[in-house]
Amino acid sequence: MIERSLSSLSQALAAGEISSVELTQLYLERIARLNPTINAYVTVDAEKSLAQARAADAQRAAGQGGPLTGIPLAQKDIFCTKGWLTTCGSKMLGNFVSPYDATVIERCNAAGAVILGKTNMDEFAMGSSNETSFFGTVKNPWDTACVPGGSSGGSAAAVAARLAPAATGTDTGGSIRQPAALCNLTGLKPTYGVVSRYGMIAFASSLDQGGPMARSAEDCALLLNTMAGFDERDSTSLDRPSEDYCRDLEKPLAGLKIGLPKEFFGEGCAPEVMALVEAAIAEYRKLGADTVDVSLPNMKLSVPAYYVIAPAEASSNLSRFDGVRYGYRAPEYADLNDMYSKTRAQGFGAEVKRRILIGTYVLSHGYYDAYYLQAQRIRRLIANDFVEAFKHCDVIMGPTSPTTAFRLGEKAADPVQMYLSDIYTIAVNLAGLPGMSIPCGFAGGLPAGLQIIGDYFSEARLLNIAHRYQQATDWHLRQPAALD
Amino acid sequence: MSLTLEQVRRVAHLARIEISDAEAESTLGHLNGIFSLIEEMQAVDTRGVEPMAHAQDLAQRLREDRVTETNRRDAYQAVAPETEAGLFLVPKVIE
Repeated sequence: MIERSLSSLSQALAAGEISSVELTQLYLERIARLNPTINAYVTVDAEKSLAQARAADAQRAAGQGGPLTGIPLAQKDIFCTKGWLTTCGSKMLGNFVSPYDATVIERCNAAGAVILGKTNMDEFAMGSSNETSFFGTVKNPWDTACVPGGSSGGSAAAVAARLAPAATGTDTGGSIRQPAALCNLTGLKPTYGVVSRYGMIAFASSLDQGGPMARSAEDCALLLNTMAGFDERDSTSLDRPSEDYCRDLEKPLAGLKIGLPKEFFGEGCAPEVMALVEAAIAEYRKLGADTVDVSLPNMKLSVPAYYVIAPAEASSNLSRFDGVRYGYRAPEYADLNDMYSKTRAQGFGAEVKRRILIGTYVLSHGYYDAYYLQAQRIRRLIANDFVEAFKHCDVIMGPTSPTTAFRLGEKAADPVQMYLSDIYTIAVNLAGLPGMSIPCGFAGGLPAGLQIIGDYFSEARLLNIAHRYQQATDWHLRQPAALD
Repeated sequence: MSLTLEQVRRVAHLARIEISDAEAESTLGHLNGIFSLIEEMQAVDTRGVEPMAHAQDLAQRLREDRVTETNRRDAYQAVAPETEAGLFLVPKVIE
């Protein structure tokens, strides 16, 4: 059963081949056995999961429910979940049992999905390897000496190790797509504003976006149908008609125009990854697509602009963690300021502190124009590059990550090297566009991802393009060797 | 551009993060590495380019000015480090 996709499990539940309680138990047993090795989950609560599963079974028995009723899901620990520990990978929230549900959780619950547990992540989603988590590194199921990527590394490892059929993730600079690439998954970052950010602990509010991570485009479409939708509690949620993201999955690709930006195909990408990306594009030509050269001339500036904008927003967002209303408070202090300073010094890890300091600096008096406004102007140039490129093509393709999974510890000591692992993903967040990563083959036994970027609100089209490739190839069906 | 140790301490103070001398030293090295990456954007001529604060150039949506939330003080204070009589407790600020 655990080898089956989300959509196939949904059919099995509907046909009564298995109950949600039985399915949930299968996953919980596997988690108990393998999570000590993989460390994908921070919190598992079998009683809560099984209570949800029983309710889902009752709903199905009454002839109610939808595709996700009774489906166990892994939830990234960035989504506030009522009655569950919600840590965001940080000591700062190590004791935080959320008193409310994020909209994404509420929507999954309303659809009858079962929460299998909360997944490990880089602290406050700041990282590309899951090594900044307070709760220990996550291991890549394809090679446990390697990182799973980040920040949604726990979600990626959980799905790759078959510890969940699908998971939620969030993506501020690549945090869904990069771990999906490194763990052989399909992941989608929607257009900014499509998935509600309410109750999703904020890192960089103008870039953060939740999305699905699963084993196929079809499964991502099913999950996105539940996750997406207007939410008046998120002031940046877009009020537009709801969509069925499965509607175009089977559409033929004849006539599809794929843009290949020369900036994605130059130096900087490992040749073995590039060969797989080029092979995937050749497959698309066989499926009837045409390719056209395009250019994103300002893409090289996306990493510098991002490392001004994201830390600036983070330094403001994370000022709420002061030891007063929730979370950690230092045990000893002299006065109020000392309590703030000690609480934040002890509660945050090194990478989070670095980004808060960068953000505080670039927003401080005398530097605001030179850094923050300049970064925002460059953000506009990058977004304009995409507008221009989409005049000549329907979607853009290239690598998701410049390398396959790197080894644990390999980049941990050098923040700049770590930041450069997101060179192909960050521009998409700055522009607010939807982007996907899909499995496109293996190099040295480790998976690589093809990135597909679309124009605003083209999620259904991206899923269609990914699905047709997955009908013609079987990379996404490959599984890591038995872990036990 | 290169930061000084004094600037690192000043920014840490503004951010209310206590920092030891050893931490300030290692942070200085890391921040200078990151700022050398950031400096790449300084050479770009952006005169006349409108800053982009947000992915969608939309006006902030306004809501009706009415009470929508119920009182959940007890639930929200249950997760606070220290409360008393419905108040969040902090060290004394005014003598």
